[in-house]
Amino acid sequence: MAEFLQQLINGISLGSVYALVALGYTMVYGIVRLINFAHGDVYMVGAFAGYFAIKTFKLPFFAALVAAMAVCAILGVIMERIAYKPLRNAPRVAALMTAVGLSMFYQNFTIYRIGAQPKAFPKIAQVNWQFAGVTVSNSQVLILGTAIALMIILHFVVQHTKMGKAMRAVSQDRDAAMLMGINVDNTISFTFAIGSALAAAGGVLVGQYYGVVQPLMGALPGLKAFVAAVLGGIGIIPGAMIGGLILGVAEAGVSAVGFSTYRDAVAFGILILILIVKPAGILGKNVREKV
Amino acid sequence: MLKVKDLNVYYGGIHAIKGISLEVEEGQIVTLIGANGAGKTTILRTISGLNKGKSGTITFKNTEIQTMPAQEIMAMGISQVPEGRRIFPAMSVLENLQLGAYRRKDRAGIKNDMERVFDKFPRLLERIKQQAGTLSGGEQQMLAMGRALMSRPKLLLLDEPSMGLAPLFVQAIFSTIKELNQEGTTILLVEQNAHMALSIAHQAYVLETGRIVLSGDAKELASSPEISEAYLGGTIGH
Repeated sequence: MAEFLQQLINGISLGSVYALVALGYTMVYGIVRLINFAHGDVYMVGAFAGYFAIKTFKLPFFAALVAAMAVCAILGVIMERIAYKPLRNAPRVAALMTAVGLSMFYQNFTIYRIGAQPKAFPKIAQVNWQFAGVTVSNSQVLILGTAIALMIILHFVVQHTKMGKAMRAVSQDRDAAMLMGINVDNTISFTFAIGSALAAAGGVLVGQYYGVVQPLMGALPGLKAFVAAVLGGIGIIPGAMIGGLILGVAEAGVSAVGFSTYRDAVAFGILILILIVKPAGILGKNVREKV
Repeated sequence: MLKVKDLNVYYGGIHAIKGISLEVEEGQIVTLIGANGAGKTTILRTISGLNKGKSGTITFKNTEIQTMPAQEIMAMGISQVPEGRRIFPAMSVLENLQLGAYRRKDRAGIKNDMERVFDKFPRLLERIKQQAGTLSGGEQQMLAMGRALMSRPKLLLLDEPSMGLAPLFVQAIFSTIKELNQEGTTILLVEQNAHMALSIAHQAYVLETGRIVLSGDAKELASSPEISEAYLGGTIGH
């Protein structure tokens, strides 16, 4: 029982990071119907931004977190304006290939500028709490607390602010949104900014959890977060949160029963399963394509 | 108020609008009638800035608007109820109406106009929390009109407001259009239901495959033999 609880806690804290990254995938998909495969690398850039904020600029952890989010928000806007906006009316596969290209660019540019060697991310002083045979570390609490706080803020922004309403309007019907006087370009930029900032937060949280950052660290978590977004229902914000948590718990569970070699395969097994059983995702509705 | 001059619009290689000129005077209801595919919707989309013309001018209150982005055209006072209603299906009735007032900042005025919309369409007030996608077709049309009114438009563009509605709703929608006009909103109405459109309009233009083939006083057109033959199901087979 204690073992089960322990793995559940590990899974939830890992899953909440997947959820943060998955939110960016799903929001961007919701508004421009693009799977931004460079999103995992934005998470990596965020982790490095946090690393330099702490190491070079001596910022405290939360200030570094905010700084990394700001850096990636700006990066997200620039990425959209330069790489995706010119392709908005192009066939979708063009934007998809651009995303893959961008991903390689981010990875190799980081290797070129910073080096391929992993860097030690300054960890916060470790504290462990024990009760009922379960160990919870302060960095797990930090991950979960920050992720939940960010998701609450996101929910508020999307549901109750003018910008959030504009985002939902653009994702439901772009032409009609324009007829409401909504500036679609700015709304899309804003969506990229939020999604990228959330990825950066995920990167910094994972950086301090594992104590290491490196240029290829975004590749696998990026793909897994994509799976989480699909699992929950791509384009659906609560779906990304649910998908991320399920994925995290599933991974921790598989390691717990002794198959930790297959840890990374779990996510993709889930992807195959969901595409066979319910391609629209857990919260998705099956929409028939209208002709 | 609105002047369209020698407008040409292309869809890819298709010449959809072939040198059209038309005028909407302040305070009037002007209708644009014609068969499916005549280019009615394209004209409205071009006025709203969703499509761009290749040549010609569109001026609103003596300002050239064709070079402006759609959201700025809307902010100048041109609001559109698009074909197929295009409400935001996953948002509530209230949120849809709020989005209609997206560019406004006068809270008191917005509140007033919301009450005005509910006066006109009490059904919307009953369903204020409901998701717009679950409304019936007629209710969605009311919502689309209410949403457009929330911007307090000077010129209201209506694209086939009667499409797919039960006759009772069609009656109600047309009397609302008339009422709005009497309250001071200028209206450009696109319709396939020529009979209804001509009965409430002041001026009318008849569109055929991208060209205006007839125009003039709506009452006169309604009684002209060409119109009754082609559009009012008149004396076919004579």
